[in-house]
Amino acid sequence: MRGGTGVRADPAGPLVRPYAVTRGRTRPGPGAGLDMISVVVAVRDRAGGAVRQPEHARILRICRRPVSVAELAARLDLPITVVKVLVGDLIAGGDVAARAPLPAADLPESNLLQAVLDGIRRL
Amino acid sequence: MASDGSEPDTRERPDIPVALKILVAGGFGAGKTTLVGSVSEITPLSTEEVMTEAGAGVDDTAGVEDKSTTTVALDFGRITIADEVVLYLFGTPGQDRFWFLWDELAEGALGAVVVADTRRLDSCFPAVDFFERRRIPFALAVNRFDGASRYSAEEVREAVDLGPDVPVVPGDARLRESGKEVLVALVEHVIRRRSPAMSG
Repeated sequence: MRGGTGVRADPAGPLVRPYAVTRGRTRPGPGAGLDMISVVVAVRDRAGGAVRQPEHARILRICRRPVSVAELAARLDLPITVVKVLVGDLIAGGDVAARAPLPAADLPESNLLQAVLDGIRRL
Repeated sequence: MASDGSEPDTRERPDIPVALKILVAGGFGAGKTTLVGSVSEITPLSTEEVMTEAGAGVDDTAGVEDKSTTTVALDFGRITIADEVVLYLFGTPGQDRFWFLWDELAEGALGAVVVADTRRLDSCFPAVDFFERRRIPFALAVNRFDGASRYSAEEVREAVDLGPDVPVVPGDARLRESGKEVLVALVEHVIRRRSPAMSG
């Protein structure tokens, strides 16, 4: 009738709570390639096919207007890594679109830098 | 109009704004988050990133196979430049030993502001070293604390051993005008570095 022989470490390790949301996944789906400043926006007229969890639905609501992964993470109070996984789900399902930041190499042509300068000066 | 449906790779969609980032670095308590808050159009947000600690060059972890994870806090603010461009300012509140995070943070950054506290000038050295080594353009914001002894920009430049082209901008991190001034100096510096042939 004795079941176990005492405490044994779970080989999978302890469950880290934020990752329960992602069912243990720590990487976004292939191809998502999300950065913390990737800008995410909900695709209109989608029924939310990839919504499987409340967090997916919350992300869809927040990104009716374009928003960065970092902002989503702050507003959902979840680590960025977790949000990348969830947004990856939604991208895979076609519910959101994302735009990656410009690669450093072809970072801002001068007109973009000039726009940044003007924008800061207007503050 | 976007062609509908069939093309899932929408990363290049021009109708989604593109984001740029500037890092705000410096020693513990130098005023990084204060500076971010002074120029941000939103109350600075906090989030955290769970990072795998690679350990290389950080600690002597030779022979240690297990990687550990560390949660690192990030504070950030936002400046909407135009409908199609958003600028984010990221600060790492008092966690300057997390170099492995900085590498990821620094990737693709337009540049950086290093906030220096003249009471503890040496606390900005690691950040200065970091950006110099990676050839990331940066400006030094010299945060004047009440009652702190004041040094001229040139005295600070000499003490930190900065190149002559690095902007040194004294100010008060709590004031938007100071924040704007150092960001403008940084972006002008970036523009100069990118177009060395341009001259008057």
